[in-house]
Amino acid sequence: MTTPREIQTARWNEPVIHQLGREGARGQRFPAPEAELPRVTLPESIMRTDRPDLPELTEFEVQRHFLHLSQMTLGMMGVSLFGTCTMKYNSKTAEYATLRPELAEIHPYQHPDTLQGVLEILHDFDLILRSLSGMDQFVFQAGGGADAAYTMTAVARAYWADRGELETRTEMVTSIQAHPCNPATAAAAGFKVVNLPLEENGYPSLDALKAAVSERTALVMINNPDDMGIYNPEIKEWVRVAKEAGALIFYDHANFNGVMGKLSARELGFDACMFMLHKTFGAPKAGGGPAVGAYGCTDQLAPYMPAPLVVKTGDRYALDDDRPKSCGKIREFWGNVPQVVKAYAWARGMGAEGIDLASDISVVANNYMDHRLAQIDGVVRSNPDITAPRMEMTRWSLAPVFEETGVGTFDFANRMADYGIDPWWMSHEPWLVPEPFTPEAGELWSKADIDLWIDVVAQIVREARETPDLVKSAPHNQPVAQLKGDVFEDPEKWAMTWRAYLRKFA
Amino acid sequence: MRLGVVINPVAGLGGAVGLKGTDGRDIVTEALRRGAEPQSGLRARHAFEILARACPGVSVLAGPGQAGVDWLTGLDLDVQILPAQPLLGTGADTREMVAAMRGQIDLIVFAGGDGTARDVLAAAPGLPMLGIPCGVKMHSGVFALSPSTAGHLLADLLAAGAGRSSLSEVEIMDIDEAALRAGHIAPRLYGVASVPSRPRRMQAAKGQPGPRDDQAALALAAQEIVAGVSSDTLLIVGPGRSAGQVISALGHVPTLLGVDAVTPGALIAQDACAETLKALVAQTSETRIVLGVTGQQGFVLGRGNQQIHADVIRAAGGRGALEILATRTKLAALAQPCLWVDTGCAALDQSLSGYVRVRTGPGETQMMRIRAA
Repeated sequence: MTTPREIQTARWNEPVIHQLGREGARGQRFPAPEAELPRVTLPESIMRTDRPDLPELTEFEVQRHFLHLSQMTLGMMGVSLFGTCTMKYNSKTAEYATLRPELAEIHPYQHPDTLQGVLEILHDFDLILRSLSGMDQFVFQAGGGADAAYTMTAVARAYWADRGELETRTEMVTSIQAHPCNPATAAAAGFKVVNLPLEENGYPSLDALKAAVSERTALVMINNPDDMGIYNPEIKEWVRVAKEAGALIFYDHANFNGVMGKLSARELGFDACMFMLHKTFGAPKAGGGPAVGAYGCTDQLAPYMPAPLVVKTGDRYALDDDRPKSCGKIREFWGNVPQVVKAYAWARGMGAEGIDLASDISVVANNYMDHRLAQIDGVVRSNPDITAPRMEMTRWSLAPVFEETGVGTFDFANRMADYGIDPWWMSHEPWLVPEPFTPEAGELWSKADIDLWIDVVAQIVREARETPDLVKSAPHNQPVAQLKGDVFEDPEKWAMTWRAYLRKFA
Repeated sequence: MRLGVVINPVAGLGGAVGLKGTDGRDIVTEALRRGAEPQSGLRARHAFEILARACPGVSVLAGPGQAGVDWLTGLDLDVQILPAQPLLGTGADTREMVAAMRGQIDLIVFAGGDGTARDVLAAAPGLPMLGIPCGVKMHSGVFALSPSTAGHLLADLLAAGAGRSSLSEVEIMDIDEAALRAGHIAPRLYGVASVPSRPRRMQAAKGQPGPRDDQAALALAAQEIVAGVSSDTLLIVGPGRSAGQVISALGHVPTLLGVDAVTPGALIAQDACAETLKALVAQTSETRIVLGVTGQQGFVLGRGNQQIHADVIRAAGGRGALEILATRTKLAALAQPCLWVDTGCAALDQSLSGYVRVRTGPGETQMMRIRAA
């Protein structure tokens, strides 16, 4: 084990851009329109009466401002074993592909004859996801994983309404350790939520499922593995039990990385599934760009999917909007198409063998990480008595360190940034494990990266024992010190825009 | 924030020598005879060492002698001593000291176990408290994880200042020691106390809202129960705060430590005994039994609610008549992922066994397995 070195992030005295510049400063000077151009008069109703309140800066000053801001972040390029997010490299080649005018300058209202290229990519990527899942049709409207889960609940609602059973099929069954978007979206769609507890094996029992499902069950939504990382070996029985009760069953593939290429949701009997293109399929996420939850289902459910769907007739691609049983729009137009193109590029780059190998690497990397973390005194894996293998991640706990030193998982997250490591992911709600953290070492990370990450954790454990205040007052090497957070308790103090800031503080 | 400190010097004595608890002077004598060594003073000192290091010179109001100040000497604290009183070596000491501190402090920090927590609650209901865990039995929700976490929590509270910590309500539980020595776990609810929460800090990423208000969710679940029953349904409710939400939903004040009977239209009986309940059930065509869950052990019947007799449960219709309310937090913290019943009738316990739906919020249930204790 080596002792990691602290870093020092740039700390610029960088005001908000509205506070920079001076009257009359310009980035570009546009020539006056030539005299021979016809004069266009806009309708009065859309004419501004005042000037927009924009900052006035030169191009150079704008560049300097944003360079400084970028230097004060960790850049989303550090070692980040940020669990449940499946951090991957976002290829610059794919990024440049989406900047090409063939994609960047088109609009969904164009005639489909002028959109054949992008429709072909959407169609072909649909085929790739079909081969990974066995489903019959995908749609990319959802703007993230939770939105795709919501798509499922909306499809289920339309499906049961069409069969005249929506009044009786009122319940959605899920696990307490499933991604919280499952109960949340089901509740948003009007279903009652039935949670299953984790029992002795680290996953919900089949008996609990049998007791939970009935003729009232509309839908079962589960992850496998869930955040505990244990693959539920009874999953085929789960599907059988759900089907016998007449319910639909949905596979939330949020944790697909450890099983990709190894199983097919359809072969296991599921009616529908969801992939997160911004996680598993190498498209950017969070600060890197918008997300896509790719929702796929069987022919039985396809009529209820959100429209439009991309269809191919002969050599021509078209948008099928004539779907009378559709649940309607989940999101405008076709979703975040550039992200789909990036995911398509990732899948084509990896190939079937590459995807299969990547899941092997992610399971090996995670188990190597677990093995080394277990050697740190004061850090424990959740449910230590369960011997079933963990896949691409599992929940860990800092409880022994916290009990001994008072330094908890929030403090660790803050201190990690001082070593140039992105703060770790703690846990989804509800927190079943005290002082939780959830690392995930996917196929991206080299052994050296994983070792560095663990060395930083070990170093902060040492610091917690020797200089706890150093950890509790972190970060120290970052441009922004620890925030008290009071402001988030009081809406009167929130200011998400300059206008709101002026209103509340000026 | 003004702190009061009370140490129960005999707390925990019974544990190491196999006595399951230290309630009562005879047991203290027996524990000492068996060679038990007092630990609570040292454990309390450890917590205050951490506080003194983090917040030097902070003032505390401490009990006299072994009940406080003796264990704080040499620490960088401004210790005010409560005027000395003879120590009797019983729970009366705690009660008198806490009563004398009322009005002078904002938070009472005590070193002890469930018995001590009960004494603190009895002397100053409504006063926020924090327990330094020293007892044999610690089923109440007032205890920090360890003496050092208690110290760190106090330091964080003082450093955070006013307005950054919130209070949460927890249950004061105790277990009948004589029964426990006979191999029988009999937890009982003694009341509700407020404890300071750890000052909230920001979640580092994926910014999520703070934990939800579990009791508010139960209050909404209770309204669903009330809305779902007919006007002549008899509801037998309690004890505990969670089940009591049904009584509150009907506009009455629940008997926290007892069992109430209501219909949607009227409060029928408060703190009812078994005979009353039997008579009420006999006159009613439909009965629902609304229950809470005891913390950690997960008992729903037979602990603290023996008034709900086996005959009452059978007459109401058995497992199908049960409505169980519990917060998700409490279910997650159970020692084993199941609920227990001990109605005194083995056949009934067997028939109650199996999965039930526990209501955790509006439109939200959790499947839990009931087992015969």
